[in-house]
Amino acid sequence: MGEMEQLRKEAESLKDEITAARKAVQDLTLQDHVAGTAVVGRVQLKTRKTLRGHLSKIYAVHWGDSKLCVSASQDGKLIVWDSYTTNKVHAIPLKSSWVMTCAYAPSGNMVACGGLDNMCSIYNLKGKDGNVKVMRELAAHTGYLSCCRFLNDNEIITSSGDCTCVLWDIETGSQKTVFAGHLGDCMSLGVAPDFNTFISGACDFTAKLWDIRDGQCRQTFGGHESDINAIGFFPNGNAVITGSDDASCKLYDLRSDQELITYQDSGIMCGVTSLAPSFSGRLILAGYDDFNCNIWDSLKAERVGVLSGHDNRVSCIGVTPDGMACCTGSWDSFLKIWN
Amino acid sequence: MTINTLSQDGVQRQQMPCLTKMERMIISMQDPDMGIKLRNQRLLITVIPHAMTGLDIVEWLIKKCSISDEEALHVGQLFVKYGYIYPLKEPRNLILKADDSSYRFQTPYYWMSTRWPASELDYAIYLAKKNIRKQGELIEYEKECYNALHKRINHTWDFVVMQAREQLRASKQRRKGDRIVLECQEQAYWLVNRPPVSPEHYKLTTLTKNTIAMLTPWCSLKYIGVSNLNGSYVKYCEQYQPHDPIMQGCLPSNPWITDDIMFWNMNSETYMFIVALPTKLRVERWSFSFMELLNDQMGRKEFLTYLEKEFSAENLCFWQACEDVRHGETAKIPEKVDEVYKQFLAPGASRWVNIDSKTMEKTLEGLKRPHRFVLDDAQMHIYFLMKKDSYPRYLKSELYKNLLARAIVPQETKKSVFPFMRRQRHSSPSPALATQTAEDDGKAKYSNSNSGTASRL
Repeated sequence: MGEMEQLRKEAESLKDEITAARKAVQDLTLQDHVAGTAVVGRVQLKTRKTLRGHLSKIYAVHWGDSKLCVSASQDGKLIVWDSYTTNKVHAIPLKSSWVMTCAYAPSGNMVACGGLDNMCSIYNLKGKDGNVKVMRELAAHTGYLSCCRFLNDNEIITSSGDCTCVLWDIETGSQKTVFAGHLGDCMSLGVAPDFNTFISGACDFTAKLWDIRDGQCRQTFGGHESDINAIGFFPNGNAVITGSDDASCKLYDLRSDQELITYQDSGIMCGVTSLAPSFSGRLILAGYDDFNCNIWDSLKAERVGVLSGHDNRVSCIGVTPDGMACCTGSWDSFLKIWN
Repeated sequence: MTINTLSQDGVQRQQMPCLTKMERMIISMQDPDMGIKLRNQRLLITVIPHAMTGLDIVEWLIKKCSISDEEALHVGQLFVKYGYIYPLKEPRNLILKADDSSYRFQTPYYWMSTRWPASELDYAIYLAKKNIRKQGELIEYEKECYNALHKRINHTWDFVVMQAREQLRASKQRRKGDRIVLECQEQAYWLVNRPPVSPEHYKLTTLTKNTIAMLTPWCSLKYIGVSNLNGSYVKYCEQYQPHDPIMQGCLPSNPWITDDIMFWNMNSETYMFIVALPTKLRVERWSFSFMELLNDQMGRKEFLTYLEKEFSAENLCFWQACEDVRHGETAKIPEKVDEVYKQFLAPGASRWVNIDSKTMEKTLEGLKRPHRFVLDDAQMHIYFLMKKDSYPRYLKSELYKNLLARAIVPQETKKSVFPFMRRQRHSSPSPALATQTAEDDGKAKYSNSNSGTASRL
């Protein structure tokens, strides 16, 4: 009796409270609401640019501003592109070619990458002599680095195959906060527009919302039936979109703490590798294992377009900060810019 | 009875690894040829099928695993404690006795891996059933639980009682032997999952503590009606649609399509410096939310001008200084915080900001040990002050309305038709080729960026 019992009672009452609270707010579904919204119609995006230069599979791409983006490939190169002119601004050789992720700092001063070397390497693009050098190597993870995102020039958040996410201080190279709680490899992360929270998706089929300040997991979202590979915030910051190996994407609302919509189609049977919402959030672009990218109407949960043109799996996708275009990176070693 | 290790829906649940091992053993124990010999057991006046004695269990373990007496007994005890085997004679005493006391295997439905965590609702139904069946049959501990549950989940109590009645009614239609077996199984399950006396559930304690740690922050969430939120999504998408170039195109034109970079030029900071007139869409966006205004450099400047007229500019300056602390270099934090204190928070400061006394006290306390987030509370206070007060008034002000009226709506530029602009649309097979061609194309495009003009240059 005693403590164990107390704890049991507490845990169960909390769970019941949550279930009841969630049910209580399910007064009307999104479907009912959007019945009156205008239909998006067929969205046809064309390839405007093809960025060629990588020699092997591209694993990650991240936009820095409306024209500059960085891509990472397993040929051991990190390339910063001026995608408008298709020029390569920087081609950075990496120590370890097994790179799985890359990120561009919002200020445009730095890029980061990491992978099977369990480290996050930060490169300074605006060095005094014009050369791009390694600024820091953040090593403390015991698993591969699956995703990293800058908060500012001093802080970066990484997610790893050791089931944790970490907030680093870049200057000192030390871990400031460790976000532990996932039961499977953390595969991707996304930072909220207000930089106070971030979300992580993992191989335990759940997504978690973390508070950056105090390191606590604020909310957990389940419902997927397989690994969550991609995650992102809806532009208003109040919802989370996840893409999973179970061939579906889901939209979770943060304020009512539940899943609102699932984006799936019986014709799609391959996993989602990456996703990005359009600027207004109305469209969700998701890359799949079947070499295509599907465009979903986020409110009506209908497929409104396809981006086909890659000859191999689409591994990463990103929409520019001004919403002008989207970039897809694929295992066929090309990046394509669409709009 | 089939023993299936997959739980409902075929989804593998997150299990404690020891449970998997235990279950494997239990399954082999129940193997018809190599497992423990089961026989019927007489309990009072009824015959219980498939029972075994404690001695059987211990002997089988010794033989199967080649272990000592003591170890076999201990392992057997674990099975009882975790509810995989339950005693028939003294059900509340969850120990294994290596004699002829009878035991039965618990049905997989009630296994810890498939049913944990036990829900409060189920326990309430169980207790309600017991209560209805025979008033006063509940022991002291159960009575306490019953009352506590009644209080806590009062809103579903009708459901609980109804379920209990239904289950009792259904069980009455079974044969006596089956009924007793089911009752024993259920009782054993609840004894394990609500053990009144045993202090040895370390693993369960940790798991529970983790669950609570995970759940507690949730309960401070304010749940908002889903229908309210759905409305907000639609509203957000509709509001931002004109600003979403993929959905609705943009003026003067999308540089990716027409190769005309006018759009970027018009919205760049250098352009603003020369001509100081933003596009209408941009100015409209400032009215969507306070964050939109603050995130736009020009918007922030305009807002500052407005606040200066109102003599509350120090609020925005304070907010900006706090942002600088939050996102800036760690080494400079103490000196920055000190600056902020001197300028904005110290009594008699030149640009003193109006914060309520509680927040001020807390901030001043925190300043003794400055860190990145020490000014968060004060910043939040000022942010909400501006958002609720100055921001709406700014949107209604002459300053904003004038700017909106004067803002540019660029003319659409048509797609250029120069012949040498044609680009290859198919992907070439070898990545090593065609890098030259791409660069040549790029150079050509830059020489023709004057195909459109804004209406007010």
